[in-house]
Amino acid sequence: MSTNLNYEKYKSDGSHLGDLLEWVDKRFPATMLWKSQVGEYYAPKNFNFWYFFGSLALLVLVIQIVTGIFLVMHYKPDGNLNANGIPGAFASVNYIMYDVPWGWLVRYMHSTGASAFFIVVYLHMFRGMLYGSYRKPRELVWIFGVLIFLCLMAEAFMGYLLPWGQMSLWGAQVIINLFSALPLIGDPLTIWIRGDFVISDATLNRFFSFHVIAVPLVLLGLIAAHLIALHEVGSNNPDGVEIGDKLDEKGIPLDGIPFHPYYTVKDIVGVVVFLAVFSIVVFFMPEGGGYFLEYNNFFQSDPLKTPPHIAPVWYFTPFYSMLRAMVWNFFWIDAKLWGVIAMGAGVVILAFLPWLDRSPAKSIRYRGPIFKTLLAVFVFAFLILGYLGTKAPGYKFFDTGFLDGDVIAQIFTVYYFLFFLTMPFWSKIDKCKPVPERVTWK
Amino acid sequence: MQTCTGKGDLEMKTMRNLKTLLAGLLLVPALALASGGPELDRAPNVSGDKAALQNGAKLFVNYCQGCHGLSAIRYNRLTDLGLSEKQIMENLVFSDGKIGDQMTTAMSAADAKKWFGAAPPDLSLVARARASEEGSGADWLYTYLRTFYRDESRATGWNNVAFDKVGMPHILAGLQGVQELVEMEGADSHAKPTFKLVQQGQYAPAEYDKQVGDLVGFLTWAAEPQAALRTQLGIAVLVFLGVLFVFAYLLKKDYWKDVH
Repeated sequence: MSTNLNYEKYKSDGSHLGDLLEWVDKRFPATMLWKSQVGEYYAPKNFNFWYFFGSLALLVLVIQIVTGIFLVMHYKPDGNLNANGIPGAFASVNYIMYDVPWGWLVRYMHSTGASAFFIVVYLHMFRGMLYGSYRKPRELVWIFGVLIFLCLMAEAFMGYLLPWGQMSLWGAQVIINLFSALPLIGDPLTIWIRGDFVISDATLNRFFSFHVIAVPLVLLGLIAAHLIALHEVGSNNPDGVEIGDKLDEKGIPLDGIPFHPYYTVKDIVGVVVFLAVFSIVVFFMPEGGGYFLEYNNFFQSDPLKTPPHIAPVWYFTPFYSMLRAMVWNFFWIDAKLWGVIAMGAGVVILAFLPWLDRSPAKSIRYRGPIFKTLLAVFVFAFLILGYLGTKAPGYKFFDTGFLDGDVIAQIFTVYYFLFFLTMPFWSKIDKCKPVPERVTWK
Repeated sequence: MQTCTGKGDLEMKTMRNLKTLLAGLLLVPALALASGGPELDRAPNVSGDKAALQNGAKLFVNYCQGCHGLSAIRYNRLTDLGLSEKQIMENLVFSDGKIGDQMTTAMSAADAKKWFGAAPPDLSLVARARASEEGSGADWLYTYLRTFYRDESRATGWNNVAFDKVGMPHILAGLQGVQELVEMEGADSHAKPTFKLVQQGQYAPAEYDKQVGDLVGFLTWAAEPQAALRTQLGIAVLVFLGVLFVFAYLLKKDYWKDVH
């Protein structure tokens, strides 16, 4: 099912508005764009709960861009101390929170939006794993998605420096220092990234530039590519059945319904529920229990005072755990470098999923017990890795001596990678159920 | 019988630990801020008590502002506490300050560094920054301001249970009196100090606790003056979204009735 681009041009019904539309459509492919992407884009009718998160990710993107525009009007990327002994950037965030009318609301929406973005995107990615949405012919949709995830991580990481609190400074310090593990180029590279020998005003200003201009531009481009690729091949669905294989006499998928109005009205319901949850955080727990806004970040940054425990924000912690899990020097390579490799590989390996999975069925509905078991353990491992990443090294579960957090993180890190690397074998031998020809629905 | 009890305890402990783990997974508790401090006392909630907050503002101006700024707050913001601008100017603004000025300290950062080794921090956000798994920032402040004790080994002559080797002297000693640390029971976040009052202050212990409670209440307000408005607005927003949900759901149902 490829995108049909041969739509008839709009014919005016004689009204003024109709005349205007006809005039526009002769000069701009308005009808074609609307019909091919929305009005006559046929989506499977059996989308379930998991299919809300794509449109919600788009909503959070809009929230972040709009609130971000207003924050930039008052925020100052200034690492130098003002007359009150407070760094300019930190003071400007205070200014937004205290003096700018509704500034606190805009800032809380942006800080909550950052965490919401990752929650929504993690669930969106998990949906892809559940129903095999990365499988042929959607490999590029998936790869663009992985690139979006990488961009999002860069965007969040750089944005977190901007409030210029203790965790901003020391979190960035830890992550940028990781690059020093690279042989030969390590140290010069970290200086090049920071623009200084330490994290300073220079670092703050370049991160600001990347956060508000460079990365969002790339992100928007990738999201466009993600959607164009998706609309070229059509959406997958909870049955993992290609609806484009069964068409009616007009060439419309039998199990497809137009995205608009069916999924627009359905997504509005999802949007309202999401906004309710989002509002509960923004209005009643904007710190998110210290996870969305870390308490330590309410201290202004102080390069002379190392915090007792430096933890990245929650959405990085699974990968941060993988980094810390690497404590052995293999093959003359420093453990720290292995940690960096593990952290990077943990994300990049996702891109290979379309070729690692050899299962005859796409959807978990028709896949066998091996997949279901291994995926359940995978989810558990990922959550525990995330939890451990928020804890200081040496954490013990249940205050016991034997459930050592560091060892568990190592075991689950190995599991995380084995899950992917052994997938070509177990996905092939797993006992799948027969896949139906049409989608099942009600 | 004894084994039974033991087992019950163990089960309870396991259950408790399991709950802790679950809570952790649900991202509910605070991030660990590895503190060696004592068990925190719970600060009284005076957020709705304007008289207490005004008293806290007075204590702050008289005892804290000599060294610490509260730069995020402008004097006219104190009208939120039920004070008129005239009252603020007469009682809380010293020297040639204006009503729209930030509540900064008169002490210059350079002098402060010379005298104390480090500039006393601005306290605008201290009630949020000091929050941890062990308690709210208010709890930490309430404990901190009540656990100064004599320690001649320190340059200032003071030490603190909540903030070991703190650089700040006990500025409220005139109110609390002078206490000595008798012993610490337990360790880390379960430690409980016992003090002996060796010199009376202006207030009896219970009254001193109340005064500190007012001061901490003021700092809690200052850390997020819009907190009350925020929750009120939140309720209105949720009610609106609740109504919107009904219409959105009905709209969806109506459109989808012909999908088979």
